Amino acid sequence: MSDIKKRLGEVWGWLDDRLGLSSWGELARKKDVPLHKHTVWYYLGGMTLFLFLIQVATGILLLFYYRPSAEDAYESIQFLMAEVEFGWLIRSIHAWAANLMIFTAFLHLFSVLLMKAYRAPREITWISGFMLLALAMGFGFTGYLLPWNELAYFATRVGTEIMGAVPLVGSFLGRVLKGGEDVSGATLTRFYAIHVAVLPMITAALLGLHLYLVQKHGMSIPPEVERRGGGRRSMSFAPNFLLRDLVGWLSALAIIAVLAAYFPAELGEKADPFAPAPAGIKPEWYFMFMFQTLKYLPAHILGIEGEALGIMAFMVGGALLMIVPFLDRRSGRNQPSPLFTWIGVAIIVYIIVLTILGYAANPTQ
Amino acid sequence: MMMTMGKLLRCTPALLAGFLLAPKATAQEPESSCVTCHAAFGDERLSGPVESYPNDVHAAQGFDCVACHGGDATVAGMGAMDPAAGYLGVPEGEDVLSVCGRCHSSAQFMRRYDPSLRVDQVAEYRTSVHGQRLLQQGDDRVATCSSCHPAHAIKPPSDPNSSVHPLNVAATCADCHANPEYMSPYPIPTDQHEKYLESIHWEKLSVARDLSAPTCNDCHGNHGAAPPGVSWVGNVCGQCHSVMAERFNQSFHSRIFAMLGNPGCATCHNNHEIKLADIEMLGVDEGSVCGRCHSAESRGGIVATRMRTLIDSLSLARERADSILERAENAGMEVSQAQFDLNGATTALVSARTAVHSFDVEGVREEVESGLEVAAQAWERGQEAMDDLRFRRTGLAISVGIIVLLIIGLVLKIRQLEPAGAGPSRKSAPGGEAR
Repeated sequence: MSDIKKRLGEVWGWLDDRLGLSSWGELARKKDVPLHKHTVWYYLGGMTLFLFLIQVATGILLLFYYRPSAEDAYESIQFLMAEVEFGWLIRSIHAWAANLMIFTAFLHLFSVLLMKAYRAPREITWISGFMLLALAMGFGFTGYLLPWNELAYFATRVGTEIMGAVPLVGSFLGRVLKGGEDVSGATLTRFYAIHVAVLPMITAALLGLHLYLVQKHGMSIPPEVERRGGGRRSMSFAPNFLLRDLVGWLSALAIIAVLAAYFPAELGEKADPFAPAPAGIKPEWYFMFMFQTLKYLPAHILGIEGEALGIMAFMVGGALLMIVPFLDRRSGRNQPSPLFTWIGVAIIVYIIVLTILGYAANPTQ
Repeated sequence: MMMTMGKLLRCTPALLAGFLLAPKATAQEPESSCVTCHAAFGDERLSGPVESYPNDVHAAQGFDCVACHGGDATVAGMGAMDPAAGYLGVPEGEDVLSVCGRCHSSAQFMRRYDPSLRVDQVAEYRTSVHGQRLLQQGDDRVATCSSCHPAHAIKPPSDPNSSVHPLNVAATCADCHANPEYMSPYPIPTDQHEKYLESIHWEKLSVARDLSAPTCNDCHGNHGAAPPGVSWVGNVCGQCHSVMAERFNQSFHSRIFAMLGNPGCATCHNNHEIKLADIEMLGVDEGSVCGRCHSAESRGGIVATRMRTLIDSLSLARERADSILERAENAGMEVSQAQFDLNGATTALVSARTAVHSFDVEGVREEVESGLEVAAQAWERGQEAMDDLRFRRTGLAISVGIIVLLIIGLVLKIRQLEPAGAGPSRKSAPGGEAR
């Protein structure tokens, strides 16, 4: 036994000399996580990262069987679901973990927003995180079409049509994305390339930057806790925080397993571009608040097309949210900033209400 | 400008030729005296044609009153209706045939307007019961062209408002044939329309809007309308139900029915009140058609019972397979290929039911057995899917169990690191690096 330990110690020493592993361990041991009543929100970033890693792993496995063409895509997924050992599980985990990832990413974003964790020097951390959420939604949009089934086809058609309404660049962007005037096999290969190559590459770079910045600046303490002053409590990242993280990750894994076993990802009918669109086409839940808003807008507002104006409003809103660290000067000076708290709450309420309305609305209207 | 009678007579052939060969758009022509006078009459019988004719298919092609009625529309007043100018009045009886046939029987003329339109309507009409009664017996109560194609409001059959659109044909025929008073001189029933409205053919036509489903003219002919003869009923039904007709024609029933004077297909399926041919028709139970002639113990009764048993066995096997596949699908299993393959059993079932018309047990058995094989394979795949489902649920329970144990282990480890009451805190200092 001691012989094995000795050998392992030698291997560790050899690697440490070359890779500087002990300095990493030292870093982890020194790293602290502030302890206060909002500490629980710190787990969301790690949870999103864990779900992203599940996406990477299951996505790579799906690539072994997926064939990206209008002729083969549906059949390859059908084969994967019916014939490949645990193919159903891999696809179902990929689908469920994707939804959960976007959900935790949203929670992470809003927890950071309400805790004002974006204030200096974490502006770039916030911006990179915001862009990662946008990328995650891009992953969702492009991945949804890949099974080439009826619902995905028509939802993408609606989605790309909305994109086409973006002022000035909409029509160009729509054509580039679709590879033509309408959603077709060319769209599928483009979405595939974006889903498995373009977005992962950008995400990897941004995620690296985001994690580096989190490591560099540590966890932000909410201003109200900071203002209260007094003794500051914290726990060590390794092992205390990491063990708690693991509990969360395992719980998420159990939830995904239950969802995958009881509600495996459906495949439906193969897409038929000549078939009439089924009633009640709805986007993925995370696009619902935008979709529903566009439905409420009148055809024209002040002479501008309602839909185009809605999309512009979302783009401006998103841009403002992205640069919120530069807008919220009071938080930057560590002063109370209730206006931005209320704006954050209003955004959350708006998203929740519009999403509920989207699902409650009559699909034919 | 008035023309003298002599000029009119000399011009008539030229005028007629002009009307027939070179019709022009009515909008560009001066208003005819026929329209001027008839529109001014308060009497519906005289003004009606003027009101309805603009929507007539002939008006759309530029034909005016003179094309059918003759006369000279350029002459004002009653002079327009001068017989010397070829005025025919209102054609009736046999005259209707010659007025319509003048154009519609000329291939040379018709090809200028609709080259695909047949030109044998009048010839066919002469062979019909209507035509024979009119032409041989002088019966002017029978239908002529304008009875079904109402003069001044004629529309092409493709127009849903046309009296001869597939959805309207039955009602058009029923105008006379369902009128007991009008039909009283003729020894035929008047309940055909009533019965037809109860048939599967009308249901397909009117509910499913399948315009290929048969209406009166599809079985009786349109211009050559006549009841199908006993010996050729099968040919009429066989236009659509070709496989059944072929099997029936080769069966001994075909010969026996002919000997007995039974009307082929209609013996079992009726003629106008043709119901959906369900499986209950087969066998000797109550409500079956075989049982009308065959007792259960007779050879025919035994054959019918065997055929019914075979088909029932396939129906049952197919339903069983379908049910298990549906359960698997509802549980989220991917069984679409098996469901697609099960269509083979449905096809075999249809073939077996078709084979019944040969009244040969072995022919039915052959189709049933191929279907049973397909159904058995589909059922097995459904069973495998259900087994796989159980495996998934068991696997899930074990995996979740392991995960829960790991979580418990982690919680215990955390407690070990942080004894109760001590909490995870390791620092208690003002300020600090973290922000």
